[in-house]
Amino acid sequence: MKVGLLYSRIRRDEKLLLTELRERGHEVEKIDVRAEQFNIAEPPESIDGVDLVVDRCLATSRSLYTTQFLDAYDIPVVNGAETADICADKVKNSLALERAGVPTPNTEIAYTVDSAMETIEEFGYPCVLKPVVGSWGRLMAKVETPSAAEAILEHKATLGHYQHKVFYVQEFVEKPGRDIRVLAVDGEPIAAMTRSSDHWLTNAAKGGTVEEFELDDRARELVAAASDAVGGGLLGVDLMETGSDYTVHEVNHTVEFKALNDAVDVDVPAAVVDWLESKAEQATGTEAAV
Amino acid sequence: MAATITAEDPLTGEEIEIPADVEVGEIVDSPATGAELEVVSVDPITLEEAPELEEDWGE
Repeated sequence: MKVGLLYSRIRRDEKLLLTELRERGHEVEKIDVRAEQFNIAEPPESIDGVDLVVDRCLATSRSLYTTQFLDAYDIPVVNGAETADICADKVKNSLALERAGVPTPNTEIAYTVDSAMETIEEFGYPCVLKPVVGSWGRLMAKVETPSAAEAILEHKATLGHYQHKVFYVQEFVEKPGRDIRVLAVDGEPIAAMTRSSDHWLTNAAKGGTVEEFELDDRARELVAAASDAVGGGLLGVDLMETGSDYTVHEVNHTVEFKALNDAVDVDVPAAVVDWLESKAEQATGTEAAV
Repeated sequence: MAATITAEDPLTGEEIEIPADVEVGEIVDSPATGAELEVVSVDPITLEEAPELEEDWGE
């Protein structure tokens, strides 16, 4: 098959994918989105003849628009525009999970400092303030006191971008010092790991330590439901253990997997490429030609 | 140890060693300054200072 890989940086994740694709004899067209133009009617030459595009854009804005253009050109892309649209926005993510009946932390948004303070007081301390767009745990705040809440809201209100004035308030989930990252393809887990830290943020990007995790049936059920809720694809589903159950706090659509690949016995890039081959096959209606 | 090649660090002007299998778009760390450098060409090998982290990056 011929795969187009949208990128702006080749991280170790992309390098693992590129190596696996090339070793299997697939043709790969690396498409640096920074150098491209996307016309509303005509696709760029760089995507001529590709069977499938893999979106690995680092910037959410580029990912959101480019996947929409690919949809318009009728070129199969993973993840699709709908999935990207839901996953890139924490509000849409939370709404989708709630609508699908997937346990997710209680969340409210408010548009002013006063109304956000009301929500925070109602949720009690600690609670969590998150940016509606963002990742790697940046600008997340665990709010422990009213005075801290007021200060954080005031700072957010002056950050400039309108999205920072959408105050996303979430209940604080007492997790056992770790959360669970599941890499899944259309709801089927490839592998899972725990991310542990003494810090309340356990993201691998924040330096949390990782360890392979064996999923039970309930976790698998929730991963499948969470994946369906956002439109499926190659996803990172984040769960927290709540004692008797799990809660899904987020589904990520341009998921990094290098830390997972190091932590587990599964050959993660091989499993991802297996899935890409099946997607290309579905899209073209033929065997993924090498 | 993996094979390496030398390239000029655009920030210091010094020759640095980077993995031989780098490709365009990859990021390497400058051994001298720790700065992130982007491979913008492999023939000849050319590095530039990588763009700053942006707000909507990563997952």
